[in-house]
Amino acid sequence: MKIYADNAATTKMSKKAIEAMLPYLEEYYGNPSSLYSIGQEAKEALEKARAIVAKTIHADPKEIYFTSGGSEADNQAIRSAAAIGKKNGKMHIISDAIEHHAVLHTLKKLEEEGFEVTYLPANENGIVRTEDVENAIREDTCLVTIMYANNEIGTIQPIEEIGRICREKKVLFHTDAVQVVGHLPIDVEAQNIDMLSASAHKFHGPKGTGFLYVKKGIRLTNLIEGGAQERGKRAGTENVAGIVAMAAALEEEAAAIPEHTKKLSALRDKLIAGLKEIPHSALNGDAEKRLPSNVNFCFEGIEGESLLLLLDDKGISASSGSACTSGSLDPSHVLLAIGRVHDVAHGSLRLSLGDDATEEEVDYMIDAVKEVVAYLRGFSPIWRDLTEGKREFIL
Amino acid sequence: MALYSEKVMDHFRNPRNVGVIEDADGIGEVGNAKCGDIMKMYLKIEDGIIVDVKFETFGCGSAIASSSMATELIKGQPVSEAMKLTNKAVAEALDGLPDYKMHCSVLAEEAIQSALKDYYEKNGIAYDEEQFKDPSDCAHCCED
Repeated sequence: MKIYADNAATTKMSKKAIEAMLPYLEEYYGNPSSLYSIGQEAKEALEKARAIVAKTIHADPKEIYFTSGGSEADNQAIRSAAAIGKKNGKMHIISDAIEHHAVLHTLKKLEEEGFEVTYLPANENGIVRTEDVENAIREDTCLVTIMYANNEIGTIQPIEEIGRICREKKVLFHTDAVQVVGHLPIDVEAQNIDMLSASAHKFHGPKGTGFLYVKKGIRLTNLIEGGAQERGKRAGTENVAGIVAMAAALEEEAAAIPEHTKKLSALRDKLIAGLKEIPHSALNGDAEKRLPSNVNFCFEGIEGESLLLLLDDKGISASSGSACTSGSLDPSHVLLAIGRVHDVAHGSLRLSLGDDATEEEVDYMIDAVKEVVAYLRGFSPIWRDLTEGKREFIL
Repeated sequence: MALYSEKVMDHFRNPRNVGVIEDADGIGEVGNAKCGDIMKMYLKIEDGIIVDVKFETFGCGSAIASSSMATELIKGQPVSEAMKLTNKAVAEALDGLPDYKMHCSVLAEEAIQSALKDYYEKNGIAYDEEQFKDPSDCAHCCED
């Protein structure tokens, strides 16, 4: 059996998205900035895509800026809010410990440039508390940036409440919604969101395309200077085919949200229940405030990379927060932030289900993970020490 | 998978000499759970020859493969030869390791040395401290 269970990393393009993009590669390949008809056809497609994207998040098309993906959108949103803040003498930003690196590394740069950043903690379930946001807001706070749902542990944050507080306190609110767009309903107006980042390849669109929603009246800072594309805020000839495909993918996904949520939540919970049967394991993240597709576990006494390689041999594509899979010294900053110690964070596994996941696949994954974990524990010196009482179980 | 050579994958999928020697003459454990790699080596030594060797490893694919290959390289060898085993030899025998995984081969070399040191100590055999590298802590093994 072949199971792609790494949909939080990227998704397979939908048929509709591929079909939608082909005419803009083969026929309407003109530059949208050109006045002749194949250029204007492309321009029209671009604006149609913008309208579709805007509609799915309840925004105005003028509030959508196409980017190369989620990272660029995060960078631009944060840089723009920082520039506005600096102009007004407000150099304080609020974020949290479990953000994506596109946010964290941008914030690090801003700290080097003189900004002060408060990183709020996430609780043991990976939730950022609304009260903490409220208490952290100061006179000189220019931005609150909190991700909508975490890419590793799937935790969904109280975005609407955080947005409301930011509105009240007149602080800009940005959310990295890369894991959410196309998967959960979004209403930027009702949810008090000022800026929102999204990436097409997370919802069956192509890689290299994404968008940034920016509420009217917020001045964007360019990351890329050049032509007047994207209302002068993002230079460079538009990735027309990619953008058209993104809109097609999003339109299809957004329409299927209720159906997918219902189906995937049930499969997710079945998978969680199955993996919980493995002794000395623990679910990472909140059991309820969780993306319908996300399952993330720690298994004591084993290391994640060897787990992934053996699952790959069984046809399962998954990911881990182990240091060995990242090529860095430390395991996932998200797992560490929610209180998992290094020893168990190395033994983490993320399975992120696709829309087409089946019960049969879930059963297969439960059996495969059980088998591989037991096998690796069988010659793990840590597991021996744990079972012989020479080391204390953490999970 | 292109991440590792065929040999690494073979030793990872079918590790040789896995297990424990209950009456081992030398046992060495190196690494640290914090950095995600622990190797434990068990040696059975008769007349200065390593007649049996077993290992247990907590770690990534290359850590398991390095342990397996290291045991194969020293099995049946005189202790004096096993002392000379380098991490480079382990990595080469595996047809190479990615740069950021070389520390796994270092760990394998150190696990064997640690087990040999234990053997010397248990049997009152004089040895030169200089022969042994400082057993690794996390910072050492992961610094690359």
